[in-house]
Amino acid sequence: MAEESQNKLVYAGKLGYSFRRHLHERFIETFLFLSAILSVAIMLAIIVMLVKESVVFFRQVSIWDFLTDTQWTPLFDDAHYGILPLISGTLVSSLIALLVALPMGTIIAIYLSEFAPFSVREIAKPFLELLGGVPTVVYGYFALLFVTPLLQIIFPELPGFNLLSAGLVMGIMIIPYVSSMTEDAMRAVPMNLREGSYAMGATRFQTSIRVVMPAAFSGIAAAYILGISRAVGETMVVAIAAGMQPNLTWNPMEPAATITAYIVQVSLGDLPHGSIGYQTIFAAGLTLLLITLVFNIIGHLLRKRYREIY
Amino acid sequence: MIHTQKEIAESAQYKSEVKSLSFYYGGFNALKNIDMVLHDKKITALIGPSGCGKSTFLRCFNRMHDLYPGNRYDGEIILYPDDVNILASNVDPIEVRMRISMVFQKPNPFPKSIYENVAYGLRVRGIKQRAILDEKVEIALRNSALWDEVKDRLHDLAFNLSGGQQQRLCIARALATDPEILLFDEPTSALDPIATASIEELITDLKTKVTILIVTHNMQQAARVSDYTAYMYLGELIEFNVTDTIFIKPKNKQTEDYITGRFG
Repeated sequence: MAEESQNKLVYAGKLGYSFRRHLHERFIETFLFLSAILSVAIMLAIIVMLVKESVVFFRQVSIWDFLTDTQWTPLFDDAHYGILPLISGTLVSSLIALLVALPMGTIIAIYLSEFAPFSVREIAKPFLELLGGVPTVVYGYFALLFVTPLLQIIFPELPGFNLLSAGLVMGIMIIPYVSSMTEDAMRAVPMNLREGSYAMGATRFQTSIRVVMPAAFSGIAAAYILGISRAVGETMVVAIAAGMQPNLTWNPMEPAATITAYIVQVSLGDLPHGSIGYQTIFAAGLTLLLITLVFNIIGHLLRKRYREIY
Repeated sequence: MIHTQKEIAESAQYKSEVKSLSFYYGGFNALKNIDMVLHDKKITALIGPSGCGKSTFLRCFNRMHDLYPGNRYDGEIILYPDDVNILASNVDPIEVRMRISMVFQKPNPFPKSIYENVAYGLRVRGIKQRAILDEKVEIALRNSALWDEVKDRLHDLAFNLSGGQQQRLCIARALATDPEILLFDEPTSALDPIATASIEELITDLKTKVTILIVTHNMQQAARVSDYTAYMYLGELIEFNVTDTIFIKPKNKQTEDYITGRFG
């Protein structure tokens, strides 16, 4: 009897408040919370910095001029501060890149997820991921020294720096991101949905397009948004292959600067800190952030909408 | 093929005839030399302990095993009145699935509206005319006793239906293409008793239209709904007969032990 009660004391403990356990749990919770909050805090710090420095810029240049002037020449004597040339360069190069990356990425994903035999997938996937691991500066020179001369065979008029070549190579660079995330989303679709489709007499292609892709829609949308953000924010390829002259054009055969290329140019130059020229990069950076934000919001809305229809 | 008068007369009542069917998952022999028939417009139940091969057998009828590499059929499943072996390598599995539909264990509606789920089989066959689709969808939903519950929300997402409704939707989807044989793979094992009762009632009603083969774990279910029952064990067909005979006086000791719950 005495022995039994002793055992109970050892294993069960008293029914009450355990200060030590409580403290331990709180400590872990706090640690996890701080880790999570850190990324949010960094994001906020970036926004605060961009807005604060941009305010300095917009004290000297009106927002109206910034949005409507068709020239961007902050470094010249006759200084103009119209962001449109940089936006056009960014949008044209991104559009070309996405015209390559989204269809190609999706087709590769459909093949790897629904058609490829196991052995092909096991070989192709690491190669694709390798493509994503090539430094962007290498892609930049690939565009300038290989793709542009190739394009010049077809279009003899094409200048050495142009948006077309930069956009195409940027598209190739983004394919692995899009295809890898799209494929993951498609493979996560449960097998019983596919079997349901095959059992109705559907072909492999019908099953992938009509059942698997709609089921994976939110994952595919996430992959596309990531691809868009990468294209808009990409720096090295356009800085090297598209030239650095701000040029308000929608023609991909012309040289032009993107927002990112301009920021690199100024950051590397010897403009004095605090000068209006230096201040321009914050306004440009803020614009870039807003553009990616808009795409993210559009993607989010699309995702919500399509989820309701399907 | 040459038939005697007697054979032809017999086969007229058969929808399908299984002749010495064996099936292999890679090196594993999952079905061993099965001979059986499906009577036209009757319900045949497959019973047996887990792993006995009844689902494997069912999935031979719509060539589901073709989806995965390394599977091999041996023997024949003859579909009447065509008198064609649907396992033959020159028969396209898609053609087979166009005529033999299947309802799965877990309801698996597609991420589409109720309407588009039912219309799916027609759409993959290339039917686009709205009037035909509307008509077929309505008939299929009526035949699966779902029409009154969903007619006002045909364009809602199918996922919003309850489990039992989802399973009836899957039955409607399978019916919409007018299949000749309907395969059920434990269609009520994921449902509550009330939904199960409504599905069972539906299956019984459907036999006027279509030949049915159903796998079930539930022996009461087999006794309630089926006309013929096959008892399988370890990939072999132990006994096949009229359901009443199987349940009242089975010829095989093993069948009796399983049915009376002494084993399995």
